[in-house]
Amino acid sequence: MSWKQLEEGAVVKGGTSASYIVSGWRVKKPVINEAKCTNCLICWIYCPEPAIVRHEGGKVTIDYDHCKGCGICETECPPKAITMVREP
Amino acid sequence: MTQAQTVRVAALQGDEAVAEAVRQCDVDVVAAYPITPQTIIVEKLAEFVADGRFSGEFVPVESEHSAMSACIGAAATGARVFTATSSQGLALMHEMLYNAAGMRFPIVMAVANRALSAPLVLNADHGDMMGSRDCGWIQFYAENVEEIYDRTIQLFKLSEDPRVMLPSTINFEGFILSHDKERVRLLDDEPIRRFLGRPKPKHRIDPDDPLTFGAIATPDTYYEFRMQQTEAMKNALHVFDEVEMEFESFSGRRYGAVDAYNTDDADVVMVINGSAGGTMRAAARALNAAGEKVGVLAIKLYRPFPTEQIVSNLAHARAVITMDRSLSPGAPSGPISEDVKSALQLAGLAKPVLSVVYGIGGRDLSTDDGKNIFGMAKEGSACGASTVMYGVKV
Repeated sequence: MSWKQLEEGAVVKGGTSASYIVSGWRVKKPVINEAKCTNCLICWIYCPEPAIVRHEGGKVTIDYDHCKGCGICETECPPKAITMVREP
Repeated sequence: MTQAQTVRVAALQGDEAVAEAVRQCDVDVVAAYPITPQTIIVEKLAEFVADGRFSGEFVPVESEHSAMSACIGAAATGARVFTATSSQGLALMHEMLYNAAGMRFPIVMAVANRALSAPLVLNADHGDMMGSRDCGWIQFYAENVEEIYDRTIQLFKLSEDPRVMLPSTINFEGFILSHDKERVRLLDDEPIRRFLGRPKPKHRIDPDDPLTFGAIATPDTYYEFRMQQTEAMKNALHVFDEVEMEFESFSGRRYGAVDAYNTDDADVVMVINGSAGGTMRAAARALNAAGEKVGVLAIKLYRPFPTEQIVSNLAHARAVITMDRSLSPGAPSGPISEDVKSALQLAGLAKPVLSVVYGIGGRDLSTDDGKNIFGMAKEGSACGASTVMYGVKV
């Protein structure tokens, strides 16, 4: 594309992370032990991607399409309810 | 053409003149960190806020890196933004300078030039700005306090022009100009605000319509984005003429991209920037009175480089002297010398050039020094040889 056609300042539509599937980046995936989970939502706050899904009633699940496997949730989870598991 | 309207004459330091101009320019956000010799600017602006004379947001950030980051964030909202720094502060901003230029934010910055550590130094040379020379910012150098004041006002107009949309700096030597009190003819607020209008960016942050600024580019597009910046720089050269013409219509003052003294009639022309331009003109005038044919070409606008004007003013000279107030260790000569030699080469003009480095770390340059340097070029032996480190103790 010619330099004349590109948007100056590389300005593009924002908030587009959710439209990209990044599961291929992952080596280990987080698995929630529901027996230990207190639904404190610390993982939801710390997750840098839209990968922790909060449901009605406070229950959280993981959207593996958007989880890059960084492991921040495992590190931050106060009751140690999240474990990173190597994927096949 | 409205009548030139001088409202009040004041004795101001260079830094104070910048602060007064920023107050008058209806700036929305100032994010800055104090550093000698720029500190007076930040202090004055804080004082204006405390006194209720400046309604802009003043953000006292924790470092210069944060200062430029906050300016970038503020500019993304479409605000008119200003900051100021010197030396180590500019160096700490370095990576964010490229971001401001790449996201095409028209931020205006005053740089009270100061040499870099080590050894620890407070006094002037142009090494700080030259270190960030290629960051994509428009760069001016001033020669006196009134010029600093006028340029600060002009920069907002030039940077915010849709054909430009690049950040810009006004450079002036620390202490020599930042702390020197000079006579300044201050303009009225109203014509300045009419001249500037308000910034009209194409994009701005809006929570209802989220945008990413400076999104990732690949080898397929990065070059093209940088080409846009390069073209905007070229546009700035022409837009600058319009800005100066309009500024002159209400201020009666105009400086040009270069200031040529006796360049048409001179055998030897000295090219210089910054405060020493006036000193060298005084030296040239004295030599002219004694029958010597010498001239001085002061570069006011350094980026974009006014190549054509520089070449046309050097066309008649038998020899050229270039004066660099910065060091480029290991380079054939200083940055101004290399730019001038490159411009001459492109124009097909082969002339002997005497490359001089002077004024490093605040070392003074007198009219007698100027006469000595003109004498060296006249003898011709020094031309084309290695760069002369003028005034260094041997």
